Amino acid sequence: MQRQGEWFDGDAGPVVRPYALTGGLTRPSGERLDLIDMVRAVRTAGRNVPLTPEQAEVLQRCPIPVPLVELAADLNLPTGVVKILVSDLRERGLVTIHRSRSVGLSDLKILQEVVDGLRRL
Amino acid sequence: MAYGGYDHGSATAVTPVTVKILVAGGFGAGKTTLVGSVSEIRPLRTEETLSERSQLVDSLYGVEQKSTTTVAMDFGRITIRDDLVVYLFGTPGQRRFWFMWDDLSYGALGAVVLADERRLADCFPSIDYFERNNIPFVVAVNSFDDSQHHSLETITQALSLSGGVPVIRCDARRRTSSRDVLVALAEHAITRHHEAQFN
Repeated sequence: MQRQGEWFDGDAGPVVRPYALTGGLTRPSGERLDLIDMVRAVRTAGRNVPLTPEQAEVLQRCPIPVPLVELAADLNLPTGVVKILVSDLRERGLVTIHRSRSVGLSDLKILQEVVDGLRRL
Repeated sequence: MAYGGYDHGSATAVTPVTVKILVAGGFGAGKTTLVGSVSEIRPLRTEETLSERSQLVDSLYGVEQKSTTTVAMDFGRITIRDDLVVYLFGTPGQRRFWFMWDDLSYGALGAVVLADERRLADCFPSIDYFERNNIPFVVAVNSFDDSQHHSLETITQALSLSGGVPVIRCDARRRTSSRDVLVALAEHAITRHHEAQFN
């Protein structure tokens, strides 16, 4: 084990080796993935293609669109690892991504719907 | 309403529009409590990878490091309608976690900075971050029973907030109080939207 340096401490979690879970891939490919992007398995996904156990689990969990962050929580994997798994599946045509809306200051209509919706809680 | 359909989806399934609200603040300020009190699901915890390299560059994905540690994030969900879902993310506000905020705040509606008035300085890094990155935010002073109850004006001055940033008191344990904080944030984002139109 590497000697503990100052870059992690009590606020940080256990030391892991995430590339062991990503088939050796170290970063996501293609278009940026966001935590709240929705991931969905295409219907034929997983048939006769080589998958790591983690990728197979991702596919099993998103027959309907599931946000990336919920996949990470369900699989108990760091979000960075799930992004890599999902980007690889996307590149192979096994999942589709429905991108979240960048609300920011741009979409007044959605902002107003959020205000109204929260008030009703 | 023409929310984007799904490429391979059935005609009936609606893929919701998802929006993010961030919950920042120092250790023990009540981030997890606020997320939990207003979320429709028990707050879930996920982890973001943090590598040594991430400290030095704006890289989030440095899993090529031999050793990588993780930082916990709590998240919650509020379904406003079938086709509109708000996700809340609570995660540490210290400066060394800013690389995470770059990713988290991308496209976010805005942020809640939770302050504990006994340790106001703990929320300075979060405020710095959102000011620098022009992300709408409100400061919510989580009022614990034994806290000193400075006036909100005093707190606003102590935080040297630029004009217009709402500072409100809340009890993060109470759902309605947490909800009111989120409403204040969304309203503030609308105000900022209008200001942007005129500038």
